[in-house]
Amino acid sequence: MNATTIFRTCPSTGLKVHSSAEKLIKAHAVAAVVFLAVGGLFGLLVALTRWPTIHLLPADWFYLVLTGHGLDVLLVWIIFFEMAVLYFASAVLLNCRLATPLAAWIGFWMMLIGAAMTNVAVLQGDSSVMFTSYVPMKAAPHFYLGLLLFAVGALIGCFVFFGTLVIAKEEKTYEGSIPLVTFGALTAAIIAVFTIASGAIILLPTFLWSVGLISNIDTLTYKTVWWAMGHSSQQINVSAHVAIWYLIAAMLLGARTISEKVSRMAFLMYILFLQLASAHHLLVEPGISSEWKIFNTSYAMYLAVLGSMVHGMTIPGSIENAQRQRGFNNGLFQWLRKAPWGNPAFAGMFISLILFGFLGGISGVVMGTEQLNLIMHNTLYVPGHFHGTVVAGTTLAFMAVTYLLVPLIFRREIMFKKLAQIQPYLFGLGVAGISVFMMGAGTLGVSRRHWDITFADAIMGFDYPATAYLMLAANGISAVLASLGGIIYVFVVVSSVFFGRKIGANEKVMDIPAPAAVSHYGSATKISIPGTAVLVAVFFISFVLYYFVNWKYLSDVWPLR
Amino acid sequence: MAITPPTERIWWNLPIAKVELAWIIIAFVWGLIMFFMMVYWHGAGEQNLSNEAYRITPEQFAAKTNAMVEQYTVRDESGYAVVHPPAGSDVYLIARLWQWWPIIEMEKGQSYRVHLSSMDWQHGFSLQPINVNLSVHPGYEMVVTMTPDATGEFGIVCNEFCGIGHHLMVGKIYVVE
Ligand code: HEM
Ligand SMILES: [Cu+2]
Ligand SMILES: [Cu+2]
Repeated sequence: MNATTIFRTCPSTGLKVHSSAEKLIKAHAVAAVVFLAVGGLFGLLVALTRWPTIHLLPADWFYLVLTGHGLDVLLVWIIFFEMAVLYFASAVLLNCRLATPLAAWIGFWMMLIGAAMTNVAVLQGDSSVMFTSYVPMKAAPHFYLGLLLFAVGALIGCFVFFGTLVIAKEEKTYEGSIPLVTFGALTAAIIAVFTIASGAIILLPTFLWSVGLISNIDTLTYKTVWWAMGHSSQQINVSAHVAIWYLIAAMLLGARTISEKVSRMAFLMYILFLQLASAHHLLVEPGISSEWKIFNTSYAMYLAVLGSMVHGMTIPGSIENAQRQRGFNNGLFQWLRKAPWGNPAFAGMFISLILFGFLGGISGVVMGTEQLNLIMHNTLYVPGHFHGTVVAGTTLAFMAVTYLLVPLIFRREIMFKKLAQIQPYLFGLGVAGISVFMMGAGTLGVSRRHWDITFADAIMGFDYPATAYLMLAANGISAVLASLGGIIYVFVVVSSVFFGRKIGANEKVMDIPAPAAVSHYGSATKISIPGTAVLVAVFFISFVLYYFVNWKYLSDVWPLR
Repeated sequence: MAITPPTERIWWNLPIAKVELAWIIIAFVWGLIMFFMMVYWHGAGEQNLSNEAYRITPEQFAAKTNAMVEQYTVRDESGYAVVHPPAGSDVYLIARLWQWWPIIEMEKGQSYRVHLSSMDWQHGFSLQPINVNLSVHPGYEMVVTMTPDATGEFGIVCNEFCGIGHHLMVGKIYVVE
């Protein structure tokens, strides 16, 4: 292979960029954004239907669109984008050529065809089974087949990533250990392999069952194995978006993690402990022992949660440290006030971090507590929680990094800068609302995936309190805000990619600041990050209070044995 | 920086900053507290999910339910039998597309062994406004001992998506003195 013709050197970062890697990153990012646009529209329709005074869609369309929403955003948008992140974190950050671009393209097309196939199945109307597709509810065979194709395509992508790491090591394209961001991506890819294997184990028999080759699938087994995929795939997202937080903090502020050892250990926790934590989806299922549930949700989950709590300190901490070295040393929070809030990449990243911790993180641990799950399972609290994790956290982080990818990889200038600037705030505000109000409605007992809480057509009804209606209306308003934020994102990114000013081959688009001097030997113990310590203390106090408030709620319900 | 290899080649030997170490310890201890809270509640708390469950066929479960209905029906309400089984007894509740059957009447302060199973797909037992939520599977019979502590009319909403009639699937429990 002729190395000189297929690489370019990035004038901003000095990194050598392999053109095949670059093309693949572009393709995956574009596919991701297309599905985000479709899936986000579905989300708006769902929210407007759940707003009782609007009640937009008829029941069959509501369930259809909700199925499409879950699939297109949770699976397709996120995984396509993650593939782009994997290729970026391996080939680009390591100055390396991508292993077997051909295989990577095959993976891409399988994912695309699979996603399209499943979408067609859903839109045909006989596969409104939700993205969880719990048996014995049956979807059309091509619903499962599409998912399988998509999963195998993603698996190929993971192996291309591993192969690239091996090549980089052999060809010595970097010195020492891989960068922290690449390490985070590696974590994500390892978890992805486990996840996809679980998915195949359960979807393959389900596909065979849908075409009549297998007569029966046990519902509890299905749920258990399905969540081995469904839950650990969330851990891919967390690893990937945490890696992106580090990436953005480093590229914009020269932030350097306080301790490589701690940050890497925290990533490792995800691999070691999260697989079994899928038990927290099974806390109110029949016939699963309390011992097993407690073991899996605590030993396994809390150590992974520990990983996230560590990142929650090291990332703002490294930003604070970098900013203080730059001279923003006044008081507790000058470093934060003087951060580049006008840069959508930074604003998105920081809002993502805060919302992920406060909304998604705390509620997730509370809901994953064996007994507390009794008062939350399958209520709207659940989607409230994961719009805090996977939308405010992952999706917003991915949006933020796009503002760097467009100039660096697509080599186009971002258009409509003013719109881009407000985008993370608008989206963050809307999603925070969606998350909080759905959790509020869930606390009042409103069911998730439910077309009509007035029960107008039912033989017997039940009257939810007026506050529940209010929550759903507030959710609808927040959904409109979030959708505006989503539309602006898609609009800005698509216009920039196609019509933005082309950036010349030698033109610098950004200055990567010199790294803050932290982890030189001996200085690490003297590091001072009082502002971050205060933020973390506020987080911790909220966490503890909210946790015990929920035990109080639980103690008020009927005694159960 | 996070996008470049660590500058200190032997990064794993560097000391950990004090704030960071303190936070790791606090977070770890908090994890332990949360762990012991669940264990503690099994002893001291009144709301714990039973582990009692059996494999059963829909036919067997329907037969048990029918026997209860025949013996203890006290009246009829919109086509549903209302049963009033004796305090402390076994109570059967069928989940099927798209109803909870029958309507159950309980006495306040008494305990009942409530058996739940599905005739077809998965359903979700969501007792409102109490907000207790349980999964109901076909082929599995879950037994939960409940002790209603207030009188009134309670709704059972299905909160596991079960097809186009999901939002019509509402049942009822009465609690009387
Ligand atoms: C404009 C943005 C969005 C809005 C307005 C929105 C709104 C909603 C609403 C109202 C629900 C329905 C809850 C229910 O009835 O059970 C829902 C479900 C869901 N959303 Fe979103 N959402 C948005 C973006 C996203 C994104 C970006 C993701 C993933 C990355 C996501 C993942 C999900 C998932 C997985 C479900 C559950 C579907 C199911 O229960 O099967 N949403 N969303
Ligand atoms: Cu149901
Ligand atoms: Cu249902």
